[in-house]
Amino acid sequence: MSAPPIVEFREVTKRFGAGPLVLDRLSLAAQPGEFVSLIGPSGCGKSTILRLIAGLSAPSGGTLTVDGMTPDDAAAELAFVFQEPTLLPWLTVAKNVELALKLRGVPAADHAVLRQRVLDLVRLGDRGDAFPRQLSGGQKMRVSLARALALTPKILLLDEPFGALDEMTREHLNEELLAIRGAAAWTAFFVTHSVAEAVFLSNRILVLAANPGRVHTEIRVALPYPRTEETRLSRPYHDLVADVSRILRTAESAAA
Amino acid sequence: MSRKLLNVLLPAAIGALVIAAWYGVRFALSDDTKFLLPAPDRIVAALIEQWPDLGRAAYNTTEGALLGFGLSITVSFVLAILLSLSPWVRVGLYPYLMILQMTPVIVIAPILVLWVGAGLKSVTLITFLICFFPLVVNTTQGLVSTDRHLVELFAMWRASRWQQLWHLRVPAALPYFFTGLRIAATLAPIGALVGDYTAGSSAGDGGGLGFQTIIYSNQAKYPALFATAAVTCVLGFIFTAGVLALSWFALHQWHDSYERPDK
Repeated sequence: MSAPPIVEFREVTKRFGAGPLVLDRLSLAAQPGEFVSLIGPSGCGKSTILRLIAGLSAPSGGTLTVDGMTPDDAAAELAFVFQEPTLLPWLTVAKNVELALKLRGVPAADHAVLRQRVLDLVRLGDRGDAFPRQLSGGQKMRVSLARALALTPKILLLDEPFGALDEMTREHLNEELLAIRGAAAWTAFFVTHSVAEAVFLSNRILVLAANPGRVHTEIRVALPYPRTEETRLSRPYHDLVADVSRILRTAESAAA
Repeated sequence: MSRKLLNVLLPAAIGALVIAAWYGVRFALSDDTKFLLPAPDRIVAALIEQWPDLGRAAYNTTEGALLGFGLSITVSFVLAILLSLSPWVRVGLYPYLMILQMTPVIVIAPILVLWVGAGLKSVTLITFLICFFPLVVNTTQGLVSTDRHLVELFAMWRASRWQQLWHLRVPAALPYFFTGLRIAATLAPIGALVGDYTAGSSAGDGGGLGFQTIIYSNQAKYPALFATAAVTCVLGFIFTAGVLALSWFALHQWHDSYERPDK
């Protein structure tokens, strides 16, 4: 991989105020188009890593570049999907997507087309007039994802987006997410608590250790894309889930 | 029996019972004390007989109530936005809002009369003072209670302060604003009546219901006094119904305080 990394942490440290170190000289790099999952015990700073990339929070030391820029300058290339759907309840599904476009400065003439394209992508093209409360948890999350995709990000940051959903819905959305990604290969940073989810989605998993947060082990997931329901039944998938679970346990005991 | 029918029948039955009890108490009163509780039919008769005066008074009170109510909405909205900007603004201004709220209207009224003269202006200002507090407190609370995750989302979009205010904080504060508005709506006619009672004037197009109360009280027209009370109640109901309708219009599609349309 010779392309310059799209996200690069060099010796990044982070502490909040006078508190303990959250991240200790963290170095990591992601190539364009990679799907990187962050997994680790609570307190390992995985959400903090996303917030740093997003520019919602600034590093205390070290350098962090996003597509060769500061996170703030790269704002137009970033989209964030939070654990909650974070839809505005007073706007319809369509208006929720369009507000993101409007506030990010996308010309109004393009709103309707872009909005319809991403809603179709998450199979909610016919629910544009619905209010968020009329949708199920999984549907809300899909709208949230569509809204992020509407901004055509180069980098998508996902902070446990499917954590609150039931197993079945989560698996369906995992498959959908990969299928959508086939069309436009953004780089993904995906925080999760689920080993199975991390293995299914990523081509690289970073297992983090806590107190202070640091990379414990890096695992490449060589399973071929496209991944489908079949992938979950395959032997290599199960072996990887077992491996990652074991490594996660050592990372957890390293923290204690 | 359907729920809807009960919703109407139950209050109606209680009303009938109260009226029956009313006549009962009157029957038990001795002849020289019967004037203390005029019979409901006498009150209705007084209402019809006094309508030229009462109707005009009700109109004037409504005018003062609406003006004061409108003024309090406008001022409280602007002030709530100011207060929401920083905790320091709140720390600095809250004590004075409290003082304003705690000073009895009865004391303020003569001062207002001194400043702007008796009549509509004073009545409007007194109504404003009474309605203002619940509105500003609730709206401010709403503006600063915005969901933290939504604030982060807007930060992610690098939305300006004004965009955040207009697209996020103000709509998110609407349910709080309407809570304040419902309280203010019940206070507005009472405020206008008290204002009229303490700072009203019969000059111009005549006084309002408060002024009328003084007149009937002095003339010992007790059934008319009861009729005045009834008119004030109706006014309060109209104000409240108006606000409930507005609230429904603004919130029913999305807010959890209204039933879900489907699902």
